[in-house]
Amino acid sequence: MVTPMLETSIFGLVVAVAVGFSAGYLGSIMVLEKMALVGDALSHVALPGLALGVLFGFNPLVGGFVFLFISAVLIWHLGRVTNLSFETLVGATFTLALAIGILLFGENLDALEEALFGDIARVGLTEATVAVLISVAVISLTKFIYRKIVLGLISEELATSKGISVARINLLYLLLVSLTVAIGIQITGTLLVGFLVVTPAAAAKIISTNLSRYFTLSAIFGLISAVSGILMSSYFNVVPGPLVVISGIAIFVVAIIIRWRLRVTS
Amino acid sequence: MQMVSKSENGNYILNVSNLTVKISNQRIIDNLNFKIKRGITLAIVGPNGAGKTTLFRALLNLVPYSGKIEWTGKLKIGYVPQILSVRDIPISVKEFLSFKNESAQDIKAVLAAVGLNSEVIDKSLSTLSGGQMRRVLIAWAIVDKPDALLFDEPTSGVDLDSEEAIYGMLRSLTAKNEITLLLISHDLHIVREYSDYALALNKCLVFFGESKEVMNPAMQKLIYGEPICKEYGDTHA
Repeated sequence: MVTPMLETSIFGLVVAVAVGFSAGYLGSIMVLEKMALVGDALSHVALPGLALGVLFGFNPLVGGFVFLFISAVLIWHLGRVTNLSFETLVGATFTLALAIGILLFGENLDALEEALFGDIARVGLTEATVAVLISVAVISLTKFIYRKIVLGLISEELATSKGISVARINLLYLLLVSLTVAIGIQITGTLLVGFLVVTPAAAAKIISTNLSRYFTLSAIFGLISAVSGILMSSYFNVVPGPLVVISGIAIFVVAIIIRWRLRVTS
Repeated sequence: MQMVSKSENGNYILNVSNLTVKISNQRIIDNLNFKIKRGITLAIVGPNGAGKTTLFRALLNLVPYSGKIEWTGKLKIGYVPQILSVRDIPISVKEFLSFKNESAQDIKAVLAAVGLNSEVIDKSLSTLSGGQMRRVLIAWAIVDKPDALLFDEPTSGVDLDSEEAIYGMLRSLTAKNEITLLLISHDLHIVREYSDYALALNKCLVFFGESKEVMNPAMQKLIYGEPICKEYGDTHA
């Protein structure tokens, strides 16, 4: 029989493993696409959805995902119509979403704080199960489209000549990012969840010479960042988000040192 | 892309008729007609902005067009673009070539065919020299045994010695496997040495004939000067 506190920690760890691994894996594409800031900014778009969930009494993460999903489709469509980059479009929309979210939360500052920084104590069996199922689906789908996206990045013409619809694959990818960000909010909140998508991949890229090593390391670094952040937060009794970030940055610094040592010795 | 039977079109592998391509309401290719036989090498020449790359994109069905592009039968068409963005992507030669779902054995064989040793297989694409990169691209184009190969500036960024070696290798590969080769080149010496026929484009058809003719100064003036469109009765090679 486990105590309620320990139970929460175990479920929190399960979510950390699922989110850390899938965010790291998915993020490896985002860094290649030069969309690092997109991952970060897109996470803020969830805020109005979280606020609506709190206001109308349904699961805020569902609201957050719906907003992320709609924003991703809208940004993808506007990108095709206007030829503006994802970064420009996300930059234009995320501050608006942030402002609307803060207005909707109004005086409910506790809920706003929870949305911004996450609350691992609320993670139970249901949340952990959903996080694992979504992560498995995200990783499987990402694996399926990974090579197609990379080929599109190398040359859109090469990809198209092989019958790959680069626009459709990008849309699917944005939807997968939305899903991962939505479940990641539980751990780090909307302010910091973008970190999990970007920094593990950046660290992996520094020390990788081939694709399989790159995405494997990115997923592992994401997992280590999330799990060590949760463990430290339990130990120090503080919110996990900032500690997840600090763990990830430590890995990033180590990667830079390894790269530097390799250059010096070669 | 429409397919036609051999009986309809003799031994021609490609038949282009009344091809017009407009991009943003600008006419990039205007009423182009030509057809080519299997196994020949056709060089596409013309000044910058003449529509050469757009012609390739139309042949691959990558841009909307009016007119007809008919490849004979079910063909595999290999394509190598002029520019690849690999500098920021950690991807090895083996991983890149395996995107075409070929076996490790096929990849090794094709690398040997383009004159690269097996040590290159695990190298990152971003660390390859210009010549090695071009050879990898040729390997990419031929690994799944295409019937036709479209090559945009095969040796851009490559030194002269490597350029000759790459064209020599392309010639023997295409001859051995009866591959029809369409290549875009600015180098008229290369066009004369390594292609059978030349098509000069400057939005419309300026010249179509044997490659040796492009060395004629009057012809060069015609190709690279003001566009004077030719109406050929039966344009074929």
